[in-house]
Amino acid sequence: MKRIGEWVPALVVFAVVIAAWEGAISAFHIQQFLLPRPSDIVKTFWTARHSLWPAGWYTFKEALGGFAIGSGLGIVFATLVGRFKNVGTAVMPIAIAANAVPIIAFAPIFGAWFGEVSPHSKMAIAAVLCFLPVMVNTLRGLQSASPRQIELMRSYAASELEIWRRVRVPTALPFVFTALKVASVLAMIGAIVGEYFGGAFNALGVLINNGAQIFDFVTAWAGILVASLLGLALYGAVAGAERLVVRWAPDMRDA
Amino acid sequence: MSVVEIKGVTKTFAQGNVTALEDIDLELEPGEFVSLIGPSGCGKSTLLRVIGDLTPPTSGSVTVNGKPARQARNDGDYGIVFQDAVLFDWRTVAKNIALPLEMLGWDRDRRKARVETMLDLVELRGFADHHPWQLSGGMQQRVSIARALAFEPALLLMDEPFGALDEMTRERLNLELLSIWEKLGSTVVFVTHSISEAVFLSTRVVVMSPRPGRIAGHVAIDLPFPRTVETREDPRFFELVTKVRELLRRRGEHLLPEEEELLEADR
Amino acid sequence: MLRRTATVAAAVLALAGFWELYRWVWTTANWGWPFHVDNTSMPHLWTIFEAFGQPTQVNQPALATILFHKSLFTGKEALVGFAIGALVGFAIGIVLAHSRLLQRGFLPYIVASQTVPILAIAPMVVVWVNPKLPGPLQGWGAVAVIASYLTFFPVTINTLRGLRSADPRALELMRTYAASRWTVLWKLRVPASLPYVFAALKLAATASVVGAIIGELPSGLQDGLGGAIINFNQYYSFEPQELWATNVVAALLGIVFFVCVVVAEKLVVRRAPENVA
Repeated sequence: MKRIGEWVPALVVFAVVIAAWEGAISAFHIQQFLLPRPSDIVKTFWTARHSLWPAGWYTFKEALGGFAIGSGLGIVFATLVGRFKNVGTAVMPIAIAANAVPIIAFAPIFGAWFGEVSPHSKMAIAAVLCFLPVMVNTLRGLQSASPRQIELMRSYAASELEIWRRVRVPTALPFVFTALKVASVLAMIGAIVGEYFGGAFNALGVLINNGAQIFDFVTAWAGILVASLLGLALYGAVAGAERLVVRWAPDMRDA
Repeated sequence: MSVVEIKGVTKTFAQGNVTALEDIDLELEPGEFVSLIGPSGCGKSTLLRVIGDLTPPTSGSVTVNGKPARQARNDGDYGIVFQDAVLFDWRTVAKNIALPLEMLGWDRDRRKARVETMLDLVELRGFADHHPWQLSGGMQQRVSIARALAFEPALLLMDEPFGALDEMTRERLNLELLSIWEKLGSTVVFVTHSISEAVFLSTRVVVMSPRPGRIAGHVAIDLPFPRTVETREDPRFFELVTKVRELLRRRGEHLLPEEEELLEADR
Repeated sequence: MLRRTATVAAAVLALAGFWELYRWVWTTANWGWPFHVDNTSMPHLWTIFEAFGQPTQVNQPALATILFHKSLFTGKEALVGFAIGALVGFAIGIVLAHSRLLQRGFLPYIVASQTVPILAIAPMVVVWVNPKLPGPLQGWGAVAVIASYLTFFPVTINTLRGLRSADPRALELMRTYAASRWTVLWKLRVPASLPYVFAALKLAATASVVGAIIGELPSGLQDGLGGAIINFNQYYSFEPQELWATNVVAALLGIVFFVCVVVAEKLVVRRAPENVA
């Protein structure tokens, strides 16, 4: 099978990196607390499951809520703005500038607005992080419909609504999904980093941060493992939905 | 009754002050295959788009099937084929062909039956579930033709449909198009800049000249049907080609490239 | 250019107007959703701007001066991180583009790592990298590493994508010249990749500022904007305008980084704008 063959180098790299990691720790007597062995991280991932996994789930819910709210508003906003071409072109540079703002730095303000410990402040920060890329890409997608295709639809005496439904929306979908994938990652980052500024006792970001502060690196890394798995899960879910919806596209061979 | 009746149509583009068409009169009888030929910038594509009501004339009138062009478009009286196939990437071949049928509100079974007929017609049976990117350029253009003909419009507008294809594919598609036309008996307006293609396909060639776009003359093509590969070797074929070429040479001063671009941009 | 400036000015004014209008409506109607609006949660814009001119403590320079120095510090971290990350990312992109084997070995992880909340590692990196750095780099060096980490991923991916985007016909043309791999790389592939690389650099410019600010949190550095955010956050209920002012500066720093890359792109990529995401 060709497909399996393609994965061999990746598996080899994985094995080599893990072996080198374990080996280096033994060979150079690196202190356990600085860089834990991968095997220890996995062990902690399992032994501390009663605190880690619920914490992960708690943070994941924040990320998911923010993702849904932010992406939803982004799509709705872009759809409204996209109806008017001039407004769309005027909004674009502002949105791009806003995208250059380090929004995570605003986390404390969201804490002040929605409660420092409350999950709502993390949801809000995740939502703002998701909103911008989704809005910008949806708008871009709606605007990139082919003029020829629109002309063809006009030759069928199609209404604006029909052109929107049959040309603009399908053209925009790949753009939207690209943004949703980006947003899924941002949501998780937003929730975790939001918790660095204060969060519930049993939240993943707090757990990771506390672990690092008291040099309990094994727990911190295990927390990152949980975060990564959840981040991958959300990303995978979006990518899966993309496969279902955007079935026409030739397989994207690279990222 | 004429299928298309153009009276005194003038089209100027505000931008650049270009007169693309000036005082065009043209009538098309049912079942005619008329080619519009001329150098780049003679307004042949613009004329086609005026007939299709995709761009309004500055003055003059266009009727299609006895109705104003606007109403003919709203009634779905014509099918159109562009230089590139303009297929929807997100639809399969079958669904691309079914698109105008959906717009006309045909039910599922009727659409399915018609799509199969059309696939047979353009010899693409077996590609129904392929997506456009999986087809060659020639196959894509055949899908585009099938889509244009799917609802049996009385009029077929073709804007250099084979311009982007290689000579071999082009000649094969010419034969296919003729056999489809003979089967369906629709009226065709065919824009091209290939003299031999125009002569081979048409019952009448309309030669246009540029700056401003005008009709330089008509050449009736009396080659017998069905036309085959041998038609291209017929001495009469060469006579007609020469006739068209002379008309073109007499009237056709070529535009400079940048002027062509200007016109392209306006369209 | 003038129109662009006017649009931006109009947008800023509109946002400011929206802020005050929102404040006014919510306080007048006394709405508590989505959050309670008062002088603490949404200080008046003029309060925020007044704060720039006032010292935070007696016998200290004005807040604007303090924040200016702090943003220079954070800017330094971000810039160094950006430079390292961009160079490393570009180099790795070139190496990967020349070996299908390495690509298959490493690309899945590079892609997957984008789905991992990298910033979560920031505390670890600071505690781990800091002691290993020489004296002058102590503290901010570790933060620059985090910033470079965030820069490196998008640049690698887009460099690879860009190098592969070279026109196949141009590649064949180069083959007819019997061009070496090296020549093909510098004369064809790298120029072809530039729009992609700049698209990544624009993302990375913001990411490096984010990395610098977030990196300062666990490091306990007081010299940068991250430290200022933590500091002013503690006094938020008394003097919210100071945190707001800091965030305004952080936003400006991000935009300045972004604009620098845009300007560089305009200077380097002198051809028709292409649509690369």
